[in-house]
Amino acid sequence: MTARDFPMRDGCGSIEKPDSAEVEDLEIRLLLEGVFQRYGYDFRDYALSSLKRRTRNFSAQEGVSTISALQEKILRDPELMERYLHALSVNVTSMFRDPGFYRAFREKVAPFLRTYPSTRIWHAGCSSGEEVYSMAILLMEEGLHEKTRIYATDFDEKTLQQAKTGVYPLQAMADHEKNYIESGGKRSLPDYYVARYDHVMFAERLRENIVWAQHNLVTDGSFNEFHAIVCRNVMIYFNSALQARVHKLFHESLARFGILALGEKETIHGSPVAACYGTVDEYEKIYKRKQ
Amino acid sequence: MRKSTRESNDVRGFVAIGASLGGSDALRVLLSGLPENFPAPVGVVLHRDREGGALLTEYLRKDCPLEVREAEDKTPIAPGIIYIAPANYHLLVEKNHFALSTEAPVNHARPAIDVFFESVAEAFGKYAAGALLTGNSDDGARGLTAIKRYGGMTVVQSPETALASRMPSAALADAEIDRVLPLDEIAPFLAETFTSRK
Repeated sequence: MTARDFPMRDGCGSIEKPDSAEVEDLEIRLLLEGVFQRYGYDFRDYALSSLKRRTRNFSAQEGVSTISALQEKILRDPELMERYLHALSVNVTSMFRDPGFYRAFREKVAPFLRTYPSTRIWHAGCSSGEEVYSMAILLMEEGLHEKTRIYATDFDEKTLQQAKTGVYPLQAMADHEKNYIESGGKRSLPDYYVARYDHVMFAERLRENIVWAQHNLVTDGSFNEFHAIVCRNVMIYFNSALQARVHKLFHESLARFGILALGEKETIHGSPVAACYGTVDEYEKIYKRKQ
Repeated sequence: MRKSTRESNDVRGFVAIGASLGGSDALRVLLSGLPENFPAPVGVVLHRDREGGALLTEYLRKDCPLEVREAEDKTPIAPGIIYIAPANYHLLVEKNHFALSTEAPVNHARPAIDVFFESVAEAFGKYAAGALLTGNSDDGARGLTAIKRYGGMTVVQSPETALASRMPSAALADAEIDRVLPLDEIAPFLAETFTSRK
């Protein structure tokens, strides 16, 4: 038997034609085009596989059976669009996610940041904020907090509002604490928050140097010059063309010798600006702009 | 002529393997049984602890005649290479490269076998083969159903040869399965299926 001869079920009513995947791909492209033209949100260069999953889950949740049917409703209903937007934004994160990254940042990047009188860090795609507060805690413990401003941005306003409050469920804190300790944390996580009933709220002194702002990596440009840009597990949802554009944006937005930190399984190799960077920590994907 | 999104895909076949409890040993048996000239890419999702790191890749590399590496974001899919899903990410395939996602766990797992198999089914259609091995989970049955629905081939490790029989049994109950094979016969079967191209 050859690969071409896999058992085919043509003519059997209960089996979908293999090209139904292609029809759905077409439907999703039409939806994204419609969303862009109607609302200005541009998801056309997102990685299709995971976008399709989230769209399909959203359709099921909204009781719509096809993506074309979803399109019809979204174009006429801005509130549905807002829910779709929120569904497309992946907000699964935790404090000190990948503790090894924070350890490397503490050991290899903090000493470099200390050489500046004041520093700006851009946390792009900050989601619900856990990783931003993690960075604020790290900076505080490294004596950098006073002179650093963190610009935390996300395209989803709803998520950003939630991040701004600094309020999180208490039950998640045990896992966060474990990560914090593994990341080389010098104190104890509860030093940084107050617990009330089943929630915690992060201390005001952590939040005072964080600027929260809506920014869309797909459509918005550079807005400052930074000494470090942290963008972890955000670009995995983009296709290669969009990744290349965002890499250019980051390159333009970094000061010379500025730091670029990506997610553990992302890589700068293959991006058009790869040659402009040197490596600080290859395993943790921390790079430094050379030119 | 109708435009096909798959035309540009040089890789004609894809083998997707899913395993859970007892999976690292089972995978070592399966992967070491594949011939050196195996012509299709192989993607592997194993449920594991998020601290697994590169240890699994190292372990599976021993005795395996093919190159074994961890898939990263946008890693191109090439024939004859075995790609392992990284811990703590869902693994998906696009036309000719891998994609990762940090979306919520599915079936309590990340990477989840269903997420992986479903994307393989859509990207490779009738050229996809899915193999589900040992595990104490219900993950994988939906994924195999998707592979079948898009015309691909499904293989399940015979439950009595599995360290944990729940996962293969669940697939046998819920999905349409082409072959039920003892662990040591899965690699020869895949080799025969994929290497005898004219």
